[in-house]
Amino acid sequence: MKKSVFLGTLAAAALVSGMASATTLDDVKARGELICGSNTGLTGFGAPDASGNWTGFDVDLCRAIAAAVLGDATKVKFVPTTGETRFTALQSGEVDLLVRNSTWTASRDSELALDFVAVNYYDGQGFMVKKDLGVSSAKELDGATVCIQTGTTTELNLADFFKENNISYQPVNVADDAEAQRQYTAGACDAFTTDASGLAATRATLPDAENHIILPEIISKEPLGPVVRHGDNNWGDVVRWTYYALLIAEEKGITQANVEEVLASTNDEEVKRLLGASGDMGAKIGLDNAAFKNAILAVGNYGEIFSRNIGEGTSINLARGLNALWTQGGLQYAPPFR
Amino acid sequence: MTISYTRTDMLPAMAPPVSQRGLVKWLRENMLSTRLNVALTVLATAFIAFVAWNIFPWFWNSVWNAGSLAECRAIVAASAGEGASGACWAFLKPWWGAFIFGHQYPVSDRWRPVLAFGLLFVALAPILFAGQRRNLTIIFSVVAAYLLLTLYLASAPGLAFALAMLLVAGLVAVSQVQPERLLWFTLLYPALCFWLLWGGSIWSPIVAMAGFGVLYAIFRFASPVIGFAPAAGAGVVAAVLWWLFADAPLAGTLQEMIPVDLLRVPSDKFGGFLLAIVIGVTGITFSLPIGILLALGRQSDMPIVKMLCVIFIETIRGVPLITLLFVAAFVLGFFLPPEADFDLLLRVLILVTFFAAAYLAEVLRGSLAALPRGQYEAADALGLDYWRAQRLIILPQALKISIPAIVSSFIGLFKDTTLVVIVALYEPLKGITHLVRQDVNWKGIYWEPYIFVGVIFFLFCFGMSRYSKYLELKLKTDHR
Repeated sequence: MKKSVFLGTLAAAALVSGMASATTLDDVKARGELICGSNTGLTGFGAPDASGNWTGFDVDLCRAIAAAVLGDATKVKFVPTTGETRFTALQSGEVDLLVRNSTWTASRDSELALDFVAVNYYDGQGFMVKKDLGVSSAKELDGATVCIQTGTTTELNLADFFKENNISYQPVNVADDAEAQRQYTAGACDAFTTDASGLAATRATLPDAENHIILPEIISKEPLGPVVRHGDNNWGDVVRWTYYALLIAEEKGITQANVEEVLASTNDEEVKRLLGASGDMGAKIGLDNAAFKNAILAVGNYGEIFSRNIGEGTSINLARGLNALWTQGGLQYAPPFR
Repeated sequence: MTISYTRTDMLPAMAPPVSQRGLVKWLRENMLSTRLNVALTVLATAFIAFVAWNIFPWFWNSVWNAGSLAECRAIVAASAGEGASGACWAFLKPWWGAFIFGHQYPVSDRWRPVLAFGLLFVALAPILFAGQRRNLTIIFSVVAAYLLLTLYLASAPGLAFALAMLLVAGLVAVSQVQPERLLWFTLLYPALCFWLLWGGSIWSPIVAMAGFGVLYAIFRFASPVIGFAPAAGAGVVAAVLWWLFADAPLAGTLQEMIPVDLLRVPSDKFGGFLLAIVIGVTGITFSLPIGILLALGRQSDMPIVKMLCVIFIETIRGVPLITLLFVAAFVLGFFLPPEADFDLLLRVLILVTFFAAAYLAEVLRGSLAALPRGQYEAADALGLDYWRAQRLIILPQALKISIPAIVSSFIGLFKDTTLVVIVALYEPLKGITHLVRQDVNWKGIYWEPYIFVGVIFFLFCFGMSRYSKYLELKLKTDHR
């Protein structure tokens, strides 16, 4: 009796984890390649160029994980997933993890049997309007037409916000960012709402950027981060701690350029553990001891990834804001590495 | 004396008055015949002028050379004045290869799809223009010129270049001497195309094709002994056994002995028009025979065959293509073991083919039903068996009358290939244009990529449509 219950649970668990018999970490090592579910293309966060090279903020996290697990940041296969297919692709085992600006919500965490292991970008939903609309706050948008991408959490947030403030709006449904930008510039809607990072990227490419303003209200929390299948905790740890290693590296001033130098000269025990010079922190989660050093060597620390892809000076031009380290007033905080 | 005037020669006929000839007459008769027509003409002209007035400057100010959308806008502003609008086609320069081959197809190997595309027409020509030496010669010389140019542009390696030219020259020679022999190349083309596009060892397609040879040999020798249908069955069984057991080891051994291979390109690296054409051509090629069999099966007297065909057709036709694609891409993953490497493109190809076949079967059923009963009875009266009657009497007529409908569903199929974007394959219309818009240099561009892709799709579909028109005229034997 007990045995059959046990077997039943096991079968259910196997089904949930997409029939994956071995653990994901073993699969990845055996395959010699990390399969990373990415966006079909989002400027700055993850998009292939004309010759198929993927670059972006999320892409670099995938590369860091490949470097940590396989010792080679190029051994990643990026599988593009759409908003509709992303979670199914993860559940069915088509991809090892998702790093494609997916918002961490309670229902996705529980109902969809997924685990959000970290937050690599704290975003929030904002509004962009034309300056000559004469609006300075989202609460003045009573009766406005709003361009909104369907099937996303932003749609629900928008409805909540207007209901709470007891004002009305007319939604103009669009399928994606490019469509929204088109409708907005053509005047089909007064305001365009999406994640603030997306708004900034869109505004930067408008021919008359100075005539458009992003309203100060951020109406939602959009913590975006890497997602793995529920139940494979070891793989979750690998992803989570690779990410934290990049954060700690920034906190400790370890960069892509100086990592070997720091390793040779440091007296900081935590840095030594991180870079694999003392202890066997890597081995404890099934990786090489030099795993996190390889990750930093491949893509640099969190701050470097940020400024290279989406930071100030790039065409996306995002400030660190909430994504600054906790020591600089932001929310990015890694637990101690010991 | 009176001078009487007598005309000695006829006056030349005068031209009709201006209002009764040429453009003016045509306008008066067709555009301005009644008051209502005058009003409608004025309105329509105004509308066309309005649209042209608004769109023309946009085309006129087109920019073809720029590094980014912002640069494009600056050039338009400099040449046409502040606030002028202009199309920006400069994105085509960096993204051209991605539109044609997909952004992930290895750049060094782009000559392979180019060659496969050229040879596609060589393989199709003997079917499309059977026995017409003049048309064959025209097509072959166009293909030769195309290959000379594009293989050079795609910087194909010298050996491949020489072999391709030799192949085309040989086929031209064959077309002049014995055009009917060209069908052999058509039969071999799928294997050649597979090898060129996907790469790998040359022996896998050759050994796989040998399976068909096994099928034919067994059928040929067993047919007089055990009869038509059992021999066909035995041949199929033997071929399947060949593919299951003999194929892989034999290909491996041959590859070890004489290694000939190309860089392997997995199908998730396909994209752009390469993807659309691969799906479209495969779907069209395989859906026609499957559709014919399904249509015949649905008319069959054998209840089980009939029921299976009806269930297949109605199930596939009753479900939207997007749902089928979604099932192919993701739901299958739940049932297959994780190590099963069942290519996504292959799954999509199979489902698109089934989908098109189900539609074709219904088109053909309509034309089978439209044939007069007398044709069936005449075939019976001649003592033909079922397959001969179908092949010689029924199908030629049924296929002829359904040409417009068949081509129409082929065109639909070709355009439906853009739906594979739902399973995140980079087809040109939405997949690649989306990437262009996510490129930091071109973010904000909207109409131009759509127009570009639309024009190319139009060329293909219009070509198919014109060919069907030509075929209808050529096969027109009645005197209506």
